[in-house]
Amino acid sequence: MTTDPAPADPAREDPATGDPAREDPATKDPATKDPATEDPATEDPATEDPAPAGEGTPPTRRRDLPAALLIGVLTLLLGFAFTVQVRNADDEQALAGAREEDLVRIVDEVSSRGVRLREQIADQRSALRQLTSSDSETASALEEAGTRAAALAVLNGTAPAEGPGLRLTLRDPDDVLRVTDLIDVIQELRGAGAETMQFDGVRVGLTTAVTGAPGALLIDGRPVTAPYEVLVLGSPQDLETALNIPGGVVQSVGGRGGSVTVEQVPDLLVDALRPLPEAQYAAPDDD
Amino acid sequence: MIPILGLVAGVLLGLLLDPTVPLGLQPYLPIAVVAALDAVFGGLRARLDGIFDAKVFVISFVSNVVVAALIVFLGDQLGVGAQLSTAVVVVLGIRIFGNAAAIRRHVFRA
Repeated sequence: MTTDPAPADPAREDPATGDPAREDPATKDPATKDPATEDPATEDPATEDPAPAGEGTPPTRRRDLPAALLIGVLTLLLGFAFTVQVRNADDEQALAGAREEDLVRIVDEVSSRGVRLREQIADQRSALRQLTSSDSETASALEEAGTRAAALAVLNGTAPAEGPGLRLTLRDPDDVLRVTDLIDVIQELRGAGAETMQFDGVRVGLTTAVTGAPGALLIDGRPVTAPYEVLVLGSPQDLETALNIPGGVVQSVGGRGGSVTVEQVPDLLVDALRPLPEAQYAAPDDD
Repeated sequence: MIPILGLVAGVLLGLLLDPTVPLGLQPYLPIAVVAALDAVFGGLRARLDGIFDAKVFVISFVSNVVVAALIVFLGDQLGVGAQLSTAVVVVLGIRIFGNAAAIRRHVFRA
């Protein structure tokens, strides 16, 4: 098969070009011998009627009328068919004229593409499900973390808290209460289930320290003065019972010269806050 | 002159009438058009060679179209219509290329 038609000689192409060139070796000779004129001289010998040969153009035209008509009709048909085919190929309804095998192939392609797309849809759906479930897991985890944070904030004293509890008033007219007495009070309340408390306007938390000398006591470095007012949240009965046991806070403070007034309050607000201590050395262990 | 007039008239007719190709003819029309184009190029080349013959042209035109359509038809019957029509188009395209090269040599002397 000739891949490059450009360098081919006319002589070599003759068999390929088919009929017009091959069939007329006789007409070729006069054409090559007489290069000055073109059609009339060369066409005459080929036509069946040699009589008016050499008469010039008009008789040739007349004689060739049927052939010319045929050529005109054929080229007209060609132009018509060409246009129709171009128009037809433009149409999207090219499928209507497609062969059965082409249609089968097209259907195959379309259906396999459909299968692929369905797989994609399934993949995306499962991904969406995973994302949604992990999202809801995240949301519930976040909610739980929020609850824990709130509880820890109450315990730690970084958030205000309210609820039932006791209001204690410690009177110390002679300035005899020492650090240990106040710590005893706090410890006793904690032991009885106090959840959070504030001591004379100072929130008591995890790292709360009581320092100072009698009459000039400090809680977390802030001076407190008698009478000390203690607000504590917890079961009021339990707390009061714990305070009043023999040898307990009420008795010991009373024995030292002070006095304790206990008052149950159903709705108490502990609104003194303490800053969240930043852990400088201890880091959380993730395990 | 007549072929050009015929071509123009045919194109105009096709544009004006804009007919739909019958279903049975749709596989054959493009092949027939290519075959006819091959015949037209061959005729043009023969004319430039000075050996144009109206009878030869007409016969080659018709036989080209008929043989091409016949080959495709046979291919369809044998179940290799698509491949055979491709083959016909390739062969006719090569011939058109060769004729076009010859015409080019005549027109441009190159």
